[in-house]
Amino acid sequence: MADVKYSKKHEWVLVEGDIGTVGITKYATEQLGDIVFAEIPDLGKNITSGSEAAVVESVKAASDVYTPVSGEVTESNAAIVTDPSLINKDPEGQGWFFKVKLSNPSELSLLMNKADYDKYVEENPS
Amino acid sequence: MNQEILKTSLYDFHQACGAKLVPFAGYAMPVQYPLGIVGEHNFVRSKAGIFDVSHMGQFSIIGDETVCKQLEQIVPIDLASLKLNQSKYSFLMNKDGGIDDDLIVTKVEEGINIVLNAACKHNDVLQIKSVFTKLAKFILHDELSLIAIQGPMAVSILDNFIHGVSDLKFMNGGSFVFKGQSVYVTRSGYTGEDGFEVSIANEIARNLCETLLTNSNVAMIGLGARDSLRLEAGLCLYGHDLNSKISPVEADLLFGIAKQRRETCDFIGGSVVKDHLSNGIKKKRVGIQPEGKIIAREHTKVFHEGKEVGEITSGGFGPSVETAVAMGYVNFDCSEVGTSLQLEVRGKQYPAKVCLLPFYKKSYAK
Repeated sequence: MADVKYSKKHEWVLVEGDIGTVGITKYATEQLGDIVFAEIPDLGKNITSGSEAAVVESVKAASDVYTPVSGEVTESNAAIVTDPSLINKDPEGQGWFFKVKLSNPSELSLLMNKADYDKYVEENPS
Repeated sequence: MNQEILKTSLYDFHQACGAKLVPFAGYAMPVQYPLGIVGEHNFVRSKAGIFDVSHMGQFSIIGDETVCKQLEQIVPIDLASLKLNQSKYSFLMNKDGGIDDDLIVTKVEEGINIVLNAACKHNDVLQIKSVFTKLAKFILHDELSLIAIQGPMAVSILDNFIHGVSDLKFMNGGSFVFKGQSVYVTRSGYTGEDGFEVSIANEIARNLCETLLTNSNVAMIGLGARDSLRLEAGLCLYGHDLNSKISPVEADLLFGIAKQRRETCDFIGGSVVKDHLSNGIKKKRVGIQPEGKIIAREHTKVFHEGKEVGEITSGGFGPSVETAVAMGYVNFDCSEVGTSLQLEVRGKQYPAKVCLLPFYKKSYAK
């Protein structure tokens, strides 16, 4: 069964086997407003959990997207570069950012499940 | 010092409308409403939007015929040739030839009305008073709100409730009546659209907004969309695209100086302006079109052939033109339209070109 985990920086990661698909949460998109630009990581790039891996810009400001998991980028979603509004429309589906071949799956235990994330957002409004 | 955040007469109304309020020039102002910045931007381009701009200074100088000559010392326009109820865009000049504020001057029966930027207004009043040698009465109106209605439907909708405003020509104003009370309306704005600014008593400002909003083609618009609208229209934002160290020549805003006064330069800072006009300038404000999707915001460094040649002063995404848009200052020898530039964003350089302003153009009611 696929498992979705959430970070305190409002990213989600869907884990299927040893591949994690990363995006930003619906809550994050609501805070950002209309997204007009996205930058995705290059294929083959090694990224470390907690570091900047992508960029998203709303009309208001630019924000870094931090990867919640470490590993090698195996795929990036060019569709969000062409049409950044996909991220607003379907943040936890078509609006995904990149896929990572997990190098340290134990990091997943540091992330929150859906119920804990929802509670976290409620208790820490930004 | 009193650091308390100021509120316009519409503060409660903004909250009732679901606005997100942010501090701006000392005031709690709506940056956006539930419609969102892009939605609000497009609404103004296609229908009509209401902006609360009551934080701006509404300043009156009341006095005899000498008021014009005295004001002309520091505002480089030709007030004598200005017709009654006509408005002109100009500047409050400083002795170094820089712009202490950009403003709209309107000639009225009692004297002169000036709309000043919120962050500058108190200092502006001091500067203006300092050049007056003959007695005049100065009023910075805190009993008045300023409500802008902008967009292609603004004229027909506003005329329903304030009869006669459709007869106004662009950059002209007049006294009208709203629900039995006198209001002063000018046909002007800051969005690149046709529109109006209504100077109205604080007590009935909310009533005006609520009345206009009974038409479903009207929505409240926040500062976020105001910024993207004015940037697409190539209009400057004081404190960003203009400041006290930039001359009107460098800002490429010569139209803010009356034609014959560009010859005489008989105003405060005139010698610097004259030097800039006859000997040229080192830097100039230009439109900058990023070639890809990259968004270059304020303070982005601008390069030409590997050399740093300037800086972006306003930049963002233009929802109507559906591309990134920017303006900034570059060395004069890089200011020609079509010049290739590189913009440094997050450590990487991206191609851009000097372009004509505005990015978005619509005709005003002449």
